Amino acid sequence: MKFALFTGCVSQGATRELMVSTKKAAEGLGIDFVEMKSAACCGAGVVGEKSSILADTLNARSFAIAEKQGLDLVTICSTCQGVLKKTECNLKSDPEYKKKINHILSEGGHQYDGTSRIKHFANILATDEGMTRLKERIKRPLTGLKVAAFYGCYVLRPSGLSDFDNPDNPTGLEDIFEVLGATPVYYPSRTKCCGFPIVMMNKTASLEMAGNALVDAIESGADCVVTGCPLCHLNLDSYQPEIDKLMQKKYSIPILHLPQLVALALGYSPKELDMDKHIVSTLNIKRKLHPVG
Amino acid sequence: MATFRIKRYNPEIKPEPYYEDFQLEIPEGATLLDCINQIKWTLDGTLTYRMSCRSAICGSCGMKANGHAQLACQKQATSLLDKNDTITVEPLGNMEPVKDLVVDFEPFWDKVNKIKPYLQTDDSPPKKERTQSPDQFHLIDDASTCIMCGNCYSDCNVLEVDDKFLGPAALAKAQRFVGDSRDERTLERVTELSEPGGIWDCTHCGECVERCPKPAQPFYRIKEVMAVALEQGVHNNNGARHALSFVKSVKSSGRLNENMIPVESMGYFNIKGLMELIPIGLRMLLKRKIPPIIHKSIEDVKDVKRIFKELGQ
Ligand code: SF4
Ligand code: SF4
Ligand code: SF4
Ligand code: SF4
Ligand code: FES
Repeated sequence: MKFALFTGCVSQGATRELMVSTKKAAEGLGIDFVEMKSAACCGAGVVGEKSSILADTLNARSFAIAEKQGLDLVTICSTCQGVLKKTECNLKSDPEYKKKINHILSEGGHQYDGTSRIKHFANILATDEGMTRLKERIKRPLTGLKVAAFYGCYVLRPSGLSDFDNPDNPTGLEDIFEVLGATPVYYPSRTKCCGFPIVMMNKTASLEMAGNALVDAIESGADCVVTGCPLCHLNLDSYQPEIDKLMQKKYSIPILHLPQLVALALGYSPKELDMDKHIVSTLNIKRKLHPVG
Repeated sequence: MATFRIKRYNPEIKPEPYYEDFQLEIPEGATLLDCINQIKWTLDGTLTYRMSCRSAICGSCGMKANGHAQLACQKQATSLLDKNDTITVEPLGNMEPVKDLVVDFEPFWDKVNKIKPYLQTDDSPPKKERTQSPDQFHLIDDASTCIMCGNCYSDCNVLEVDDKFLGPAALAKAQRFVGDSRDERTLERVTELSEPGGIWDCTHCGECVERCPKPAQPFYRIKEVMAVALEQGVHNNNGARHALSFVKSVKSSGRLNENMIPVESMGYFNIKGLMELIPIGLRMLLKRKIPPIIHKSIEDVKDVKRIFKELGQ
């Protein structure tokens, strides 16, 4: 399994533990990730607020880079995945638009044909091949760990662009947790928005959204929340002290990136996965881990 | 035999809502609305809901099935059965229930009215109609398909926590007029729409796109209004500053500069806003989560800059 890895910006910045753990998970699974060092930011939907053709051109350029290597493109961010797929959909549904964008790209030596597919890391794990690989390589089943999935809107909605079966009631992440030996916790908020995009515009609403989801996960018995979106991670983890004040519940729950959970089961230590870099302590997870066998 | 688990509510008899199960054999090809009608006509005449056209045109029959807003007349009942052969039917969300599946649309209409859903011009009306070219109409075609069913409003994640948000339907309707070649209040409109509770309070959850039965798809319309607001120079708010700062960062390095975005979003002179950033900033610093101070560019950032220039950005 070899893919072009679209790292996204946040995994190089505020959530560097995501990049660290992605590399470990890939190493443990024998997946070859070729980092796309010249790909631009996907724009997170925000560049498109200024100009949608600008966002689409930058993303088409990234697709062209993956195509040149003959690889499918993998993201480790729900938002990147959703934004890139929207561009792909715009290009595939309008040949004139595609031509126009290719014209702009040509001067930089790029050409978009539409041959590479765009996948989230979770979606390559959730394939038969991914699941088999996982099963073969688990060194430390996460037995006894109760894990609540937080999908992140962009891998689910709009459902037409989603890779998950039944985006209104997905089980892709929970299926992965089960293979890892953990116990999935189903709770209503798992497909909701964390509120991150408006934390600068309407902080109370944003943190209340995150807070409602966390309270829901905790009251459903989860030991931790696992997300495939570093932006969700920022709101759910970095802002948890403020959220706690707002919700007045005195709760706390660690938030893991999906690759961290996977790599734990593959035998890596919490330290190797930078789990001490989180704002919310991950000690309760460490205590529940079995020795690598 | 299918089970319809319907949320009932009649404050004159019982103060709290409750669920009631009805058993019904789903007739071949029946929509959810057909089934609800069957229940009303043969099992319980007091069951209350709105309906009219039965063909996804009037927008009356919005309700939640299995937790998500839908038009009951547009969904095949069998497609909604869960693994226990049950369909859970509830009233739309984010609005107060009146009786059974009927909710109070008053706040919804108030917000639609707030965006001034009518053409505003300076001159007196011409003898004949005010015309548009097909290309001009194309810009507002999608928004004009809204049937005011309230499905988007029901499932909007922001409205769940902040009822001051104008919400998807009103904002989609706003695009209908912001984008109208004949309207002469564009700047005024986007200025009002940029205030708290307007376009920049949308959290991108995508629920409105998912639940909308028509091409109106509010989230995409909201993005279009944002572009007009930025183009018209309405920049004095966190949302616009955030977008501009984001674009500036990608332009200069091909990537997001996470150190600058929060500060630039608040605005350099917004002391209170900047103070609010201090606790999270310190916390991130202590955990060494602050992004590298020296912001690195992507490889071949030259090409990215060229694309910006070519597109006049
Ligand atoms: S979505 Fe976020 S993490 Fe992904 S590339 Fe864009 S800014 Fe970076
Ligand atoms: S949950 Fe929040 S951060 Fe995650 S994808 Fe949705 S809006 Fe983005
Ligand atoms: S995308 Fe925006 S308007 Fe639409 S439902 Fe979500 S928050 Fe509401
Ligand atoms: S925008 Fe769509 S979902 Fe919302 S009221 Fe109009 S038709 Fe219904
Ligand atoms: S009855 Fe008119 S839209 Fe369903």
